[in-house]
Amino acid sequence: MNLQFIADGLISGSLIGLGAIGITLTYSILRFSNFAHGDFMAWGAYGTLSVVAAIGALVGTTAPIGALSFGWPLILAAIIGMMLTACLALLLDWLLFARLRDRGQSIIVVMASFGASMALRSLLEFIFTSSPTYFSRGIQMAIPIGLGIRVTPDQMVMLATTIILVTGMHLFMQRSQTGREMRAYSQNPALARVVGIDTARVVRATWIIGAALACAAGVMVGILVQIRPLMGLDLLLPMFAAAILGGIGSVPGAVLGGLIIGLSEAAAVQLIGAEWRAAIAFAILMAVLLVRPMGLFGRAER
Amino acid sequence: MIDLLGYAAFFTSSALIFALITLGLNLQWGQTGLFNVGIAGFVAIGAYTSAILTTPEAADRIGGFDWPILAGWLAAALVTAAAAAFTGFATLRLKSDYLAITTFGVAVVVQLVALNAQGLTGGPFGVAFIPRPFASLQDQPALFNFINLGVIAAVTVAVYLALEHLSRSPWGRVLKALREDERAAISLGKSARSYRIQAFAAGGAVMGLAGAVQAHFIGFIAPNGYLPTLTFQVWAMLMVGGSGSNKGAILGSIVVWAIWVGAGAFSAAVVPGDWQARAASLQIVAIGVMLCLILLWRPQGFFGKRRG
Repeated sequence: MNLQFIADGLISGSLIGLGAIGITLTYSILRFSNFAHGDFMAWGAYGTLSVVAAIGALVGTTAPIGALSFGWPLILAAIIGMMLTACLALLLDWLLFARLRDRGQSIIVVMASFGASMALRSLLEFIFTSSPTYFSRGIQMAIPIGLGIRVTPDQMVMLATTIILVTGMHLFMQRSQTGREMRAYSQNPALARVVGIDTARVVRATWIIGAALACAAGVMVGILVQIRPLMGLDLLLPMFAAAILGGIGSVPGAVLGGLIIGLSEAAAVQLIGAEWRAAIAFAILMAVLLVRPMGLFGRAER
Repeated sequence: MIDLLGYAAFFTSSALIFALITLGLNLQWGQTGLFNVGIAGFVAIGAYTSAILTTPEAADRIGGFDWPILAGWLAAALVTAAAAAFTGFATLRLKSDYLAITTFGVAVVVQLVALNAQGLTGGPFGVAFIPRPFASLQDQPALFNFINLGVIAAVTVAVYLALEHLSRSPWGRVLKALREDERAAISLGKSARSYRIQAFAAGGAVMGLAGAVQAHFIGFIAPNGYLPTLTFQVWAMLMVGGSGSNKGAILGSIVVWAIWVGAGAFSAAVVPGDWQARAASLQIVAIGVMLCLILLWRPQGFFGKRRG
């Protein structure tokens, strides 16, 4: 058996995990499963693409960095894109989710996220059409790294970026004051309010982090694969499955869940064929729900 | 004139098929509070079940059972109910979000099977030559259209009466009790999980039946008839009509379908050719925004009563 699937699975799994962090945080802190999360990814990717185009129009073409397919404009654009996506999430919360959350029926918020997801996705199709687009159309040579595995320079840098982002997120949640407040709020909102935690700040931080990471994941998918309005929808099920497999509320769990799903998908592509790839996340989801619904690192639900 | 009447019959038939799906969703969401984001998947299960069982032999897929249409419809309802019951069984002891995520997954997997399991579903080309009721009258289009409308209307009325009866029966009262005050209902010895699985399966059966009726109405099914857009449309229909009310579900379906068809015809007439695809996506944006606005301002819908 060709070991290439391990590299492919780790890379796609780390992107799923990055997206799943936002899902798991939204679920554990705002208490609803956000069906629009995948669309934050797509909007982030398209937002970044637009900023890259704007920078290109201002300064002309720039040389790519080393062996990579992109130069500094993409990095700058991705940072701006993350801010824009965070603004989009905050705007959506202000317009829609916050108002419904106040009424206290969490499933209504889920439905609203479903409607918002549909509107956001179709709006992208309206603006950019449904045909795929790319950050760069160049072809990269894959470098052999032993055991018959080949990776492109882009893939290596994306994997490294993901590791940095995830480690940073983990440290942020464990060490920083905001991270501690978020965890406290997710465990017991009433008690968190009693000890003087600013709820609005926690909610804001959750949206900003979730949306920024979704944008980062979307841009990386755009660099490694392609950008399409449906890219978020296609990753939604794997992301949900990763968040539940890892245990709702657990950042390391979401990433580990993402890696497991990425690896299983890559193995399935090799064993049973690429067309069944999307069923793997569902199979894992059902297995987790039937056997261990609290996931790997989760707490039992009441 | 006959053309216009024929079109009216066709339009009403399509709207009533949506009304059937919406009635199924109303049992799941309106009466029981179970969130289903995989409607398209359940409708597809029903459509494919009946199509495979009733079509004549085809070269490249399983088939040739040649069942009567009514038997196909019954099988469609039963198979979809079983799929819904299993979905409910796996998720209904957990928080409601898990059901939502799982139904979303069901729709993804059904779409995948429809596309890729060519030996079962015919793959991307779908299933053709699905027998239509009263096919012997096909050479008289006007009469044929009206007979089809009659069949679909009869099914809709039958399902409507059955659901009305169910919601007033002791079984329906338990569902209502569970929705209004779960703890009180459980303290009276009613198993919340078991009743919810039953309601989810029954709603699934109605959706499967609707899928089968639609398949036999059109005579042809393919995977791209069961995209998430279908799920959105049905949700919009129920929300406009007012969740909890069976009458509202039917009225909402007709209203939203009229808006949808009208908007489609309008954009086809006004929008230049190369912008048509984009205009179609704006139509979906409008439905999504409408769904959110209804949730914000009129959660009881236009025909529903405000819940206590």
